[in-house]
Amino acid sequence: MKIGVFVCHCGSNIEATVDTAAVAAAAREFPGVVFATDTMYTCSEPGQDEIVDAIKEHNLGGVVVASCTPRMHEQTFRRTVERAGLNKYLFEMANIREHVSWIGKDREANTNKSVDLVRMATEKLMRNTALQSKKFDINKRVLVIGGGVAGIQAALDCADGGLEVVMVEKTSTIGGKMAKLDKTFPTVDCSSCILGPRMVDVAQHPNITLYAYSEIEEINGYVGNFEIKVKKKATYVDWKNCTGCGICMDKCPSKKARDTFNEEIDFTKAINIPFPQAIPKKAKIDPEFCTMLKKGKCGVCAKVCPSGCIDFEMKDEFVTEKVGAIVTATGFDLFDWTVYGEYGGGRYPDVITSLQYERMLSASGPTGGHIKRPSDGKEPKDVVFIQCVGSRDKSVGRPYCTGFCCMYTAKQAILTKDHLPESQSYVFYMDIRATGKLYDEFTRRAMEEYDTNYIRGRVSMIYPKGDKLLVRGADTLMGTQVEVDADLVVLAVGAEASVGASELAEKLRISYDSYGFYMEGHPKLKPVETNTAGVYLAGACQGPKDIPSSVAQGSAAAAKVLGLFSKDQLESDPQVSIVDIKRCIGCGKCIQTCPFGAIKEIDFRGMAKADVIETICQGCGICTSTCPQGAVQLQHATDNQILSEVNALCQF
Amino acid sequence: MNTSLNFAYYPGCSSTGTSIEYDMSSRAICEALGIKLTDVPDWNCCGSTPAHTVDHSLSSALSARNLDHVASMGLDSCVTPCPSCLANLKTASHRMEDEGFRNKVNKLLDKPANTDVETKSVLQILVEDYGIENIQKKVVKPLTGLVVGAYYGCILNRPPELMQFDDREHPMAMDNIMEALGATVVPFPLKVECCGASFGIPRKDVVMRLSGKLLDTAEEIGAMALVTACPLCQMNLDMRQNQINNANGTNHNMPIFYFTQLLGLALGLTEKELGMNKLCVSPRTLLDAMANGEILKEKAA
Repeated sequence: MKIGVFVCHCGSNIEATVDTAAVAAAAREFPGVVFATDTMYTCSEPGQDEIVDAIKEHNLGGVVVASCTPRMHEQTFRRTVERAGLNKYLFEMANIREHVSWIGKDREANTNKSVDLVRMATEKLMRNTALQSKKFDINKRVLVIGGGVAGIQAALDCADGGLEVVMVEKTSTIGGKMAKLDKTFPTVDCSSCILGPRMVDVAQHPNITLYAYSEIEEINGYVGNFEIKVKKKATYVDWKNCTGCGICMDKCPSKKARDTFNEEIDFTKAINIPFPQAIPKKAKIDPEFCTMLKKGKCGVCAKVCPSGCIDFEMKDEFVTEKVGAIVTATGFDLFDWTVYGEYGGGRYPDVITSLQYERMLSASGPTGGHIKRPSDGKEPKDVVFIQCVGSRDKSVGRPYCTGFCCMYTAKQAILTKDHLPESQSYVFYMDIRATGKLYDEFTRRAMEEYDTNYIRGRVSMIYPKGDKLLVRGADTLMGTQVEVDADLVVLAVGAEASVGASELAEKLRISYDSYGFYMEGHPKLKPVETNTAGVYLAGACQGPKDIPSSVAQGSAAAAKVLGLFSKDQLESDPQVSIVDIKRCIGCGKCIQTCPFGAIKEIDFRGMAKADVIETICQGCGICTSTCPQGAVQLQHATDNQILSEVNALCQF
Repeated sequence: MNTSLNFAYYPGCSSTGTSIEYDMSSRAICEALGIKLTDVPDWNCCGSTPAHTVDHSLSSALSARNLDHVASMGLDSCVTPCPSCLANLKTASHRMEDEGFRNKVNKLLDKPANTDVETKSVLQILVEDYGIENIQKKVVKPLTGLVVGAYYGCILNRPPELMQFDDREHPMAMDNIMEALGATVVPFPLKVECCGASFGIPRKDVVMRLSGKLLDTAEEIGAMALVTACPLCQMNLDMRQNQINNANGTNHNMPIFYFTQLLGLALGLTEKELGMNKLCVSPRTLLDAMANGEILKEKAA
C-alpha cells in the first residue's frame, strides 16, 4: 500500500510545541510511505484538497492525518478520502494535539512522540481493509421521556411532523415544573394559560400515545430500532372509564396524603387528581395513604365512583413499544436546602422554597392564591427572598449557577407587591444574572417600580424572634450587617439533576456529569445530541434551563429526530465483530460477555457456533478479548492491527 | 460504654483562674463516671487568641509542645474543657501534617514534637465515648423542673472540617445531655452566636451588645438559666451580666452554668465540689427552688 502522511500545524496549536516538518520528514522514511508533508490547517478546504490531489498524483492506497482527536475530525477526513475514490476505512488518524502538543511543552520530546504515533498509524493502516456499510430499515416512531414543557414541545413538533410519538411521564399528569408555576417571567403571563392548551394538544393529538404514571423499565436495541419496556404503575383506577369527575377525591376520608404537586404546603387525599387542569385528568390512589390498601377497610371511593373504576387489585403492568429514536426530557429537581443549618435546616415553618411560594401565589393552589404564613395563616408584611440557595456554593457541592433564580425571584417580588400592596420585599443576592431578552429590564422593574429592597450579600442566619423570623446578613456594598424582621422567608432553591437521572442514563447508555446532568454530544456544536446514536436531549436534564431555552431545545431535538427519520434506511457501522466460523469452538463465552445481546448461537452442520447480529453489535470489543480462540475479530481493530501498532511502538 | 476511658487532661490557663469551677466540675464528673484523667505534665498556655493573631508557627509551637507531652505519656488522646484550647491544639495537629510547616515549628522547639494526638472536648468524650444513655443511668438527682437553654458559642463546633463534632449550625450535644438529666430544654435560637469573646477588653461595647442579645433572647424564650461549655462565653454572660444590665438598661439575673456543674448536681455531687459558689450571678435561689421542688409547684400554679 502506498501511504500519504499529512502532519497538521493546527495553526499554532500543534506547531508551537511539535516540529511538524520533522515529523513529516521522519514519516517519509517509514515503509510504505511515499508522500509526507506538513500543512497549516489540514481540515480546511485547501488542506483537504491537498489530500485529494496527493491521492491522485501519487496513487495513494491509504492516508494518515496527524492532527487532533478523531472525535473532532475523523468523519471529515473519511469523507475527504472517499471524495478521492478511496474506501473511508483506508484512513488513520494520529492524535498529536490532545495527546501531545496540548499536554507537554518539551518540543523535542513532543516531536519524538508524534513520530511514534504516526509510525503506529501507518503500520495499522497497512493492515486495514476496505469495509462496507450495510443498510437497515428504521422504525419511524419516537419515544419522549418526560412530559414537562421541553418534552411536550418535542412531542408536539414530532407529531405535527407526521411521526408517531410515545410519551412516558412518571407522575400522573404531564406539565412538569411549569404547571406548578403561577406566572412566567419576564412577561408575567399566566403559566397554566400558556401551558394548558399545549397539554391538551398532547392528549388529543392522534399521533401521540401518552403513558402517564409510567416509567422506563428497560431499553434495548439501537438507533432506528429501539425496544422499550414501559412500566405502567398501578393507579388502582381503571383509566379507560375514569371521567375525572373527582367525586372519589371529595369523599375520600384519608386526608393526609402527601401533596407533591403542591410541594407539600398542604395535604391531598389518598385518591387524587393532582390539579384541575391535569392531563390526563384521571384519579390515582397513593397506596401509602389508602386505608383500604393498607388495612383492607374503607372502600369509600369504590362505593361513590359512578363509573365503577376503582380496582384495589390492580398490579403494575408492562408494555413494549418499538421506536427508532428517543428524546430525553426528564427535567430537574430542587436542591434539598435543609443542609443549610443557618437557614434553620427545615425547623422553621415560615422558611419556604420558591416553588412552595409559587403554589401559594397560584389561584388554583391550596391557598387560592392568597399569601399566608404556613405557621399561623397570617398575611406576611415583610418578605425576605434569599437567592443562590444551593447554587454557586462549593460548600454544599453545588458550584454551578442555576441561572433562572434571579429572574423568578424578581417575578415573585413583583407578585408579592401585587398581592399585598402594603408588603415590603427584600432580596439578598450575590449577583443579578439576567442575561436574556428583556430580562435585565425586568429585574430593574422589580427594584425601581415595585420598590423591592435588593441587598447584595449572603444571609448568615435566620432565627425565630417572637412570631417573626430575624434574618441577618451582610450588605457587602455598604460594608455593614443587615437585620430584617421577616414574616416569611422564601429560599430561591437551585436546580439539580432529577431523581433517578443517572439510572435512566445507564439504561439509555448516555453519559452524565458529576452532578447527574446529561452530557450533550458536543458543548457547542451538538447541544441536543448524545454520544449514543438516536438518543437526544431536551430541557433541564442537560443542565438548568428556563422555559424559553427548554422549549427551544424541545424543538431542536424534534428537528433532529425528523432529520434522522427523513431517510427510510440508515447505514450500519461496519466496525463490528465478525466470527471466523472455522476457528469458533462454540464455547459461548462471547455470548455471555456481550453487554448488548448482539451474539447468538447458531447451528452449523450440527455444531454450535457463535454469530454476531451486526445491527446490534456496538463494536465494543469485549467478545474479542474473551474469545479463547481469537475467532471473534472486531473489524477495524483486529488483533493483527492492534499488535502491529504495539510492534511499531516497541521497536527497541 | 468503653470500660477503660483514659485520657490526658489539658486544663488550659483559664481553668486556673476565671473558670476554675469548670475545671473542678469537669474533674469531679469524670471521676464520678469512672473516666480517668491524667494531667499533662508541665503543660503551657496554648497561645490562646493572641498567639495565632500574631504568628501561626509560634501559636502552633506552643500547642505542639503540649501535644508532644501527651504523646510522651503514652496516650493518644487528650481532653480539654476549653473550646479555645481545643481549637488551638487541633489546629496545631492539623497544620503540623504539612512538612514545611512542621519544620518551621520544630525549629522553635527544643526537640521535634510528636503531635500525632487526637484532642477532644470534655463535652465530646461524654457524648461520643461515654454515651448519653450511660450518663442517664447514673442520674440520682434529676434536674426536674429546671428550664434551661444550651449555649454553645461560636467556636466549639467550628470550623466543622477541623472540629468534626456535632452540627455547626444546630448543635444538640448539650441539649441532649440536659434532657437526659431531666431538665426541660428550650430551643435556644442563638446557640452558636458569638458572645463578643475577647472584645470585652478592647471594645467592651461589642460584648455588651452581643452578650446582651443572648441574655435578652434567653429571657424571652423562658429559660431560667443558660448552660455553656466555654470559659470565655461563661465569663461574658456571668461576670459581665451586671455591666450588660447597666449598659443596656436591662435587669437580667440569670445564672450561667457550665454544663458540667449541672451534670455533677444530677450525679449527686455537692455544690462545693462543683464550684457553684464561684459563679458571679448567684444560682442560690434557683438551686434551692430545685432542691425543695418549688419550681414544680410554681409551674403547676
